Amino acid sequence: MDLGTRVRQGDTRAVAKLITLVENDFQHAQKALKDLHQYCGKAIVIGITGPPGSGKSTITDRLTQHIRKIGKKVGIIAIDPSSPFTGGAILGDRIRMQDLATDQEVFIRSIGTRGHLGGLSRSTQAIVKIMDAMGKDIIFIETVGVGQSEIEVIKVSDIILLVTIPGMGDDIQALKAGIMEIGDIFVVNKADRDGADKLITEIEMMIHLNGEGKKNPPIIKTVGIENIGIAQLWKEIERLIVELEENGQIYQRRRNRVRKEIFDLFQENWKDMFFQLIGEANLEREVEKVLKQENDPYCAVEKLTEKFKKKIFQGGNNIV
Amino acid sequence: MKNARIRVLVAKPGLDGHDRGAKVIARALRDAGMEVIYTGLRQTPEQIVETAIQEDVNVIGLSILSGAHMYLFPKIMELLAEKEATDILVIAGGIIPNEDIAELKKVGIKEIFTPGTDTNKIVKFIKENIEITKT
Repeated sequence: MDLGTRVRQGDTRAVAKLITLVENDFQHAQKALKDLHQYCGKAIVIGITGPPGSGKSTITDRLTQHIRKIGKKVGIIAIDPSSPFTGGAILGDRIRMQDLATDQEVFIRSIGTRGHLGGLSRSTQAIVKIMDAMGKDIIFIETVGVGQSEIEVIKVSDIILLVTIPGMGDDIQALKAGIMEIGDIFVVNKADRDGADKLITEIEMMIHLNGEGKKNPPIIKTVGIENIGIAQLWKEIERLIVELEENGQIYQRRRNRVRKEIFDLFQENWKDMFFQLIGEANLEREVEKVLKQENDPYCAVEKLTEKFKKKIFQGGNNIV
Repeated sequence: MKNARIRVLVAKPGLDGHDRGAKVIARALRDAGMEVIYTGLRQTPEQIVETAIQEDVNVIGLSILSGAHMYLFPKIMELLAEKEATDILVIAGGIIPNEDIAELKKVGIKEIFTPGTDTNKIVKFIKENIEITKT
């Protein structure tokens, strides 16, 4: 039986192996992904983002436990940063999800960013597909702890929860452009701490400034550890999913996602073609020239582009 | 494999509450370029094995100080066999008396590292033994 079929039957080992293949050697994983694509599109993808230590893992864990009671099957992609120096990583999100480990209807995968910026890994979208095809109803993507502008999660999610906490003081001001704009629901976690109401007021003020007709995200107070506010949060998520499906937002987001996916894959191919046709040596030669001030990078790119075009038009059929 | 990383599950089975050693190892493996999944304290054998499979790790590193290794380690190896996951390299560390080591190796633990072991030695052991078990 091939890998794709085993994935669709929910074979845990096969899913785990395919995710590894996607992470390590995307070209080879594509065959299985092609087969699986037709079985995708059923799952709702929920992005969970926020600063480090705000409780993303705990909220993910509690929401999952909550919806397991109503029979939802859950996939979780938990992303932590990889070292830019060694490529190594400590993937620690499972510490908060211990009770989920033996639930056969929950599949959790911890992922390192492996040099990708934006709060996700390059493989995230493909992993979403694999979990979708294996029959998960809800897929949570837990981003790395984010600061201001790691907003890539909007490109792979149907809806976004932005988890914040009181006591970050003026940091909240700095958060306001970028990350604060992407939340469909604001979760004020650790709401038993001082400053929770002040934070809510600040978020409300910011939302007011969005102006007429712009989105007006709800704000939910939670204490993840104590399981407080989780039921209400899920209710709000469900309500929002219905709303966004009715007003066409989910469709629009998925449309953007597919568009981006096609373009990104195209770009990857393009990059590979560059190295096939132009080669590392030519690139290095240009680098040397620019460093010695014999050429500037703009002219170097023009020259390489001309060479690239010529190669394509010459032997086009062989390449494509 | 173009972009492969060695993935390691560092797990603490049983009831002891000390994970300083496990954290030191996790950090050393991270610095050696590995992706380390750390799951926290008090893991059951079932949790460890299921996690190892979902995360598709190459290595499981077990850390134990409670003295229950003669029960917990064989149980973990048994579950791995049940799940057809014996290709995963299993190593262990912690407070493990010398007289138990041979017995544990017999059930499939590849190496036991007792207190004071240089972390480089563990990194080296993993790198040397991973090729055999890697599919």
